Amino acid sequence: MNAFAGTGRLILLVLRRDRVLLLLWVGFTCLVPVVFVAAFTGAYPTAEARQDYYETSVHTRAFTVAYGVLNGSGLGELVAWRSGFVTFMVGLFALLTVVRHTRAEEEAGRRELIGATAVSRHAGLAAPLIVTCGAGLVLGAASALALIGQGLPAAGSLALGLGFSLSVCVFGAIGAVTAQLTTGAGAARGIGVTVLGAALLLRGAGDVAAQSGSGPAWLSWLTPLGWAEALRPYSGERWEVLALAAVAVIALSALAVALSARRDLGNGLFQARLGRAGAAPGLRSPLALAWRLHRGPLVSRTVGLAVVGFVVGAMSQSLGNLMDNGGAAAREALARLGGPGTLVEQFQAPMMTMLGLVCAGFAIQAALLLRNEERDGRAEPLLATPVNRLRWAAGHFGFALLGPALGVLAFGASAGVAHGLNTGDVARELPRLLTAALVQLPVVWLFTGIAFALFGLRPRLVAGTFAVAMVSMLFGWVGGELRLDRWVINLSVFEHVPKLPGGDLTATPLLIMTAVAAALTAAGLVGFGRRDLPVP
Amino acid sequence: MTGTDAITTAGLLKSFGPARALNGLDLVVGTGEVHGFLGPNGAGKSTTIRILLGLMRPDSGTARLLGGDPWAQTAELHRRLAYVPGDVTLWPNLSGGEAIDLLGRLRGGLDRRRRDELIERFDLDPRRKGRTYSKGNRQKVALVAALASDAELLILDEPTSGLDPLMEEVFRRTIREVRRGGDRTVLLSSHILSEVEALCDRVTIIRDGRTVESGSMAELRHLSRTSIDAELAGPPDGLAGLPGVHGLRADGGRVRFSVDAAALDEALRRLSTAGVRSLVSRPPTLEELFLRHYDRAHATEAAR
Repeated sequence: MNAFAGTGRLILLVLRRDRVLLLLWVGFTCLVPVVFVAAFTGAYPTAEARQDYYETSVHTRAFTVAYGVLNGSGLGELVAWRSGFVTFMVGLFALLTVVRHTRAEEEAGRRELIGATAVSRHAGLAAPLIVTCGAGLVLGAASALALIGQGLPAAGSLALGLGFSLSVCVFGAIGAVTAQLTTGAGAARGIGVTVLGAALLLRGAGDVAAQSGSGPAWLSWLTPLGWAEALRPYSGERWEVLALAAVAVIALSALAVALSARRDLGNGLFQARLGRAGAAPGLRSPLALAWRLHRGPLVSRTVGLAVVGFVVGAMSQSLGNLMDNGGAAAREALARLGGPGTLVEQFQAPMMTMLGLVCAGFAIQAALLLRNEERDGRAEPLLATPVNRLRWAAGHFGFALLGPALGVLAFGASAGVAHGLNTGDVARELPRLLTAALVQLPVVWLFTGIAFALFGLRPRLVAGTFAVAMVSMLFGWVGGELRLDRWVINLSVFEHVPKLPGGDLTATPLLIMTAVAAALTAAGLVGFGRRDLPVP
Repeated sequence: MTGTDAITTAGLLKSFGPARALNGLDLVVGTGEVHGFLGPNGAGKSTTIRILLGLMRPDSGTARLLGGDPWAQTAELHRRLAYVPGDVTLWPNLSGGEAIDLLGRLRGGLDRRRRDELIERFDLDPRRKGRTYSKGNRQKVALVAALASDAELLILDEPTSGLDPLMEEVFRRTIREVRRGGDRTVLLSSHILSEVEALCDRVTIIRDGRTVESGSMAELRHLSRTSIDAELAGPPDGLAGLPGVHGLRADGGRVRFSVDAAALDEALRRLSTAGVRSLVSRPPTLEELFLRHYDRAHATEAAR
């Protein structure tokens, strides 16, 4: 039996398990650049308008950090630049897909089941990697075709599409390596996401240096995200970068295979540490257990949001100075991104909307943790003790409610302090940005409510809350780019949050959202009190 | 339904969508007995137990547990019982010892000395994290947590699945001790017949969500047949025609058959007439009882 026997069958298994998910993210992502073509031709129909937009954007560091280096004012260059975040997004998808089909499978014991059949040692690693890279190539081809269909040059379109493919393949291979390191899938994901985050930071720093013409521009070359950019779509394509990516994918895959060959099933390169022989005195209630399960993600998310908040606060003022010299087009560009107010506020307000979305994600994850306790069978022995099932669920609900609240506070406070230190008026900025962050809470809790309502009434669908949040966000975001009718944009709950700082603080939508969240939660808990347990 | 029964269910019906899990299930477990709850996979054992634990509600029928309503009086009844699920999963980042202590404390405290003794007896390393345990070790964690309690009712759902034969013997020894104590009731669900046979006072056999047989081990054996394997000096005259003798196979001087309890005496007489050189008789096992009840299902399966 050769080292990869059975890979074909496992590929079919991965495709069967992921058919919907793969279609969704590949299908959705290849539409992103097309949306930007429509947006730019609509908003900046003439070459002069695009030149204006180019000149202001190229000096905006926040843009450079978010999207990358802007090479010119052509439609293709603008589209490729605005699609810069896609490489990050698909890299994340690829990483999570590979970890889910390797380490997560192994942790759940299904790898053992497969491994005992006529399937070779490396097939379980090769199959998800091949599927992910295949999906990346399909995504690249589809994106290129869609852009060519919009009348953009074929070479540039292909380079942009292959940039997406490159990120998928490299981060898929990185996922394969991280999956060999730890015994838990969660830790493997953590390492992978850290690598991805570091890549984003390095690329951001390198690109700012490249765009301003001084500093360590080579930093971008350390990251796959930088390589995708270095293909220079629509701007004198450099195809040789693809060879670099191919070498990286092959080297990382070989490393993953070598690591996998050196370890036993279920083990990682990092051995699991031993725990306590007995429980600490405090571990004696469902709430104490919930704290134990939630505290890791809670602490890391809160710290992460505080750091990001500090960066956002620190860069606000310099951004405002740049924009003031920018001109009308820049103001217009920013006006579409945010609400009314000064330029600094127009940067901060959409950041707060993003904060709302991110914290909604945290809330949903906290609710999902409760659902997974039930699905994986850990709730059953717990609820065979005198623990009341509502008390058990309420403990987790508390974390889904207060965890994101803590994150919002951390973000608002550190952004306020950082911005206040820049302007020299912490007493003014801290309460303003704290308020701007706190008004996001009702919308965050709305998603907590949706997740709990589903948990009580349709427990298999709890994870679907993520989809509701994403679609809701996209209505507002893509709707604005496409200049859709107001009522379509209003379908997004995020659009009803006051645009702070700068906009009016209206209490009505906040009260309505909080009330709806409370009603949804109540419905969920009543449903949970009456339903059968466990629902697989 | 008397006050002395720990568990009574009558006519339990439960459907999950189109699939019917329980189809009129009756179960009576007397206080102080070790009761075997026997059935093949998917017969409805776990669903019954979940109804008894108040985790699920039956579509119709009644269930009483320790004199109370399992759905309405969940917390107070759970104070008096301990449960081992059929498929134990643990918290990946909690050690086995932590899980044992947590479950014990939630139940209202556990006997420290007994806990340590059981950990020793089951040869369990309590410091390892949940995600690193094998299936058998996870099972041990749940068993130690349940057995270290002084609950008056133990509900064990296929508790030995995943245990090696050595640990299975440890489990049996522990249950026998519980049985000798006489004040605790055990509901032991299983599809391992020898286990039920070795441990239980009474047994209920279910199939397709319905009770097919219930009684003490002695009563059920009475319904079964003894297997005989003998080497004879001469031909076994008249054995084939004897009512109550089944499946007679003669091979040279060797005969094998099974015989109803009523015909056993007469069959042995015929054998000794022919001259017995060696004889092996096996008491009726639950295996045979079981096979008789599932014969039809097996036959239809084989025909497919």
